[in-house]
Amino acid sequence: MKLESKVPAGGLSQKWTNHKFNLKLVNPANKRKYDVIVVGTGLAGASAAASLAELGYNVKIFCFQDSPRRAHSIAAQGGINASKNYPNDGDSTYRLFYDTIKGGDYRSREANVYRLAEVSNNIIDQCVAQGVPFAREYGGLLDNRSFGGAQVSRTFYARGETGQQLLLGAYSALMRQVGLKQVQMFTRREMLDVVLIDGKARGIVVRNLINGDVESYAADAVLLCTGGYGNVFYLSTNAKGSNGTAVWRAYKKGAFFGNPCFTQIHPTCIPVSGSYQSKLTLMSESLRNDGRIWVPKNPGDKRAPGQIPEEERDYFLERKYPSFGNLVPRDVASRNAKEMVDADKGVGSTGVAVYLDFNDAIKRLGRDKIEEKYGNLFEMYELITAEDPYHVPMRIYPASHYTMGGLWVDYNLMTTVPGLFALGECNFSDHGANRLGASALMQGLADGYFVIPYTLGGYLAEMKKEKVSTDHPAFKECEENIKQNVRKLLSVKGKRTVDDFHRELGNIMWNFVGMSRSENGLKTAVEKIRTLREEFWNDVYIPGSNEELNQSLEKAGRVADFLELGELMAEDALQRRESCGGHFREESQTEENEAKRDDENFAFVAAWEYKGQNVKPELHKEQLVFENVQPSQRSYK
Amino acid sequence: MAKNMNLKLKVWRQKNKEDKGRFQIYDATNVSPDMSFLEMIDVVNEELIKKGEDPIAIDHDCREGICGSCGVYINGRPHGPLREITTCQLYMRHFHDGQTIVIEPWRAAAFPVIKDLIVDRSAFDRIIAAGGFISVNTGGAPDANAIPITKDDQEWSLDAAECIGCGACVAACKNASAMLFVSAKASHLVRLPQGKIERERRALAMVAQMEKEGFGSCTNTEACSAECPKGISMDAIAQLRREYFKANFKVRK
Ligand SMILES: Cc1cc2nc3c(=O)[nH]c(=O)nc-3n(C[C@H](O)[C@H](O)[C@H](O)COP(=O)(O)OP(=O)(O)OC[C@H]3O[C@@H](n4cnc5c(N)ncnc54)[C@H](O)[C@@H]3O)c2cc1C
Ligand code: FES
Repeated sequence: MKLESKVPAGGLSQKWTNHKFNLKLVNPANKRKYDVIVVGTGLAGASAAASLAELGYNVKIFCFQDSPRRAHSIAAQGGINASKNYPNDGDSTYRLFYDTIKGGDYRSREANVYRLAEVSNNIIDQCVAQGVPFAREYGGLLDNRSFGGAQVSRTFYARGETGQQLLLGAYSALMRQVGLKQVQMFTRREMLDVVLIDGKARGIVVRNLINGDVESYAADAVLLCTGGYGNVFYLSTNAKGSNGTAVWRAYKKGAFFGNPCFTQIHPTCIPVSGSYQSKLTLMSESLRNDGRIWVPKNPGDKRAPGQIPEEERDYFLERKYPSFGNLVPRDVASRNAKEMVDADKGVGSTGVAVYLDFNDAIKRLGRDKIEEKYGNLFEMYELITAEDPYHVPMRIYPASHYTMGGLWVDYNLMTTVPGLFALGECNFSDHGANRLGASALMQGLADGYFVIPYTLGGYLAEMKKEKVSTDHPAFKECEENIKQNVRKLLSVKGKRTVDDFHRELGNIMWNFVGMSRSENGLKTAVEKIRTLREEFWNDVYIPGSNEELNQSLEKAGRVADFLELGELMAEDALQRRESCGGHFREESQTEENEAKRDDENFAFVAAWEYKGQNVKPELHKEQLVFENVQPSQRSYK
Repeated sequence: MAKNMNLKLKVWRQKNKEDKGRFQIYDATNVSPDMSFLEMIDVVNEELIKKGEDPIAIDHDCREGICGSCGVYINGRPHGPLREITTCQLYMRHFHDGQTIVIEPWRAAAFPVIKDLIVDRSAFDRIIAAGGFISVNTGGAPDANAIPITKDDQEWSLDAAECIGCGACVAACKNASAMLFVSAKASHLVRLPQGKIERERRALAMVAQMEKEGFGSCTNTEACSAECPKGISMDAIAQLRREYFKANFKVRK
């Protein structure tokens, strides 16, 4: 199979315009004859479903939570980017495009990223029209802030709850269509398979999480909007339910997986406090604007922070990166924190943390100013740790946060399975090897509001319309497989709990497929994951039955998939013998121990094709062509 | 460092909607004060599973107080003893060694129990579907700065928009009224110029759906606002009453 990115011809700024014109249209009166399934109600899913329903398509939408409003997008804090240039500080579509390509360390497609920048402004307009109460200036116009080291202020925000407000906007648009009966909503359903008929995606099979019923739904196209797989690390900033099952099952049905090893580790999270730890809370990166990161100079120094004199502290980021200091990019900050902990300089009772100290900032600006800027974050920190950051330095440590990898899609957001699309965090597009702050929300909404309404039409207009029903043998076969899988899980009746396995997998991933990766480590990871997977299928214990609400069973299915996905991540990291973006290969460093990218050999998207259980997947390469930007090595010294 | 604790949990167990349900006592031993409440439940559940018993079912997802999934009665109060936090933001340091903690699901006719501590809150979604939106389609929006909005209005709107739809307000109310939830949405939208256009229709439609769902009526006890994890104020309810009154008046005319 040949990978076709379907990037339209023409100049960068004309591609999307031309493409929209060239795409075939579905006649307005015919739209109601098409059924579309959307899996996921986060920013990507809710915006897509609402927009498609407004156009007249019949939409069915699914989520595993009890309400569409609870999708993980709700938790995003910082903001959403757009190139409005309201502050008059030199932003433009081209600059946002350029920053995103560069931020992704030249591992994304120019045309996709340009389109993203191009529609970014429409998103803000749309959200405001829906009633999203973005922050404003006294004059009544929208306020912007600079985020994640960007040199222009292009981030729109609503306090620390931007994701919530954006999702509530998309959710209200979705619920309006539910009220109009143009969308049918299915909550507490978990998609467990995509159904292919004549090689095309024609429906899904889900498990009803309340009573265990296996249900089939047919459609003319299926959109996966199921979020990221950061929870493969067990501990992450993602919601507990976030998982990779939908994309993994799609992968097994023939959708290629793009750049699975590209994950983002966020440096400022509240560290682990004990073995019972269930998730890690992100604290806004803005803290690094005023906080100073340090550890004791001497390994094993267990004194309280106040007792460590100035000359015995190592402000390691300031020391190593004098021009960027504490504001180095996420991956550099994360990796350096880990290095300190590995050198036994970690702080706090677990020794797995570094200090983020506001003492100097408070002296310089006064407590009031700090309170005004970070009051909420300080409160949140104190709520969780019972320590007062105005007096004791915060303890922070990196955590898994976002997955740039995901299902490979072409310019139309279609996977390698015709009729199966992927939107939002669950696709691989746009962010390359690293994502800029405030760009995930932008991408989810771009995909849902402004890309898929066009590209889906193009697909449907060209496909031969044939009705299928869920009585088709392909549905029956999927249903049977799912039931069998559930029976298999329940019948292991071993001794270890699902969480126990998940925790162990997370450890392997964190240690060998985390911030810093090496040939040996990755090979070890593959071995360890295989062994663990075998153990899982021999020794997992899942209480209860299928025919009830069974949270252990839900988790078991997700962990079983993570145990396979984790291996693919390691394989992908293994083949990518370069450092780029969030992926740091120890073998590929500069003399100053910084990441070294290898454009000659690795300027491609790795797209993996499933070849069968326990068979090595096949690697396909989509070569990346840079016609408009000149890849440059990053330097933060 | 504070010492670990031993606690007794008195937990509502109910197999499904039809089951009558009952309290069951469990020991939670060696509980670290730095554990979150949900982590404490996780640990108890791990033990239950290892003993071959059915773990306690409880809804949760983000575990940082924003998705609105979690939410149980803890010692007679929605989301536990602290103000303005959700169940997942509650830490065990707020309990003491030897304490008994009573854990129950939301109790309201409109929120039937699905299992143990999990209830069905889909009534909230249906209220939003009835009118909790601004009717704009994707694509036609004017420039975001075309209509200035005072900072005051924006802040007020956002205060109300912070509602996480957890249902604590309903659970706290002796009448199981959903007024705070409904009024939070109405207030969020009506304070913005974009949302004023449909104000009457919205107020009437949402209130009608609320009544249809079997929520009780509001008698202004203010328990909802006191227990709201986001501190949504009674002003929202006052605002909705005005909206509703005006809308009704207009419709009758
Ligand atoms: C703590 C935190 C803060 C963040 N802050 C920012 C920020 O400030 N700015 C920014 O741009 N980005 C931020 N991000 C990233 C951003 O929030 C996400 O990338 C984005 O919201 C993902 O949206 P989505 O629509 O793709 O998926 P999600 O919102 O994750 O939605 C996934 C949906 O899929 C459903 N689903 C999944 N699997 C199945 C299945 N098998 N069957 C049925 N349904 C399924 C779920 O129920 C859910 O509805 C943050 C992320 C985190 C974790
Ligand atoms: S789990 Fe999301 S609010 Fe508690």
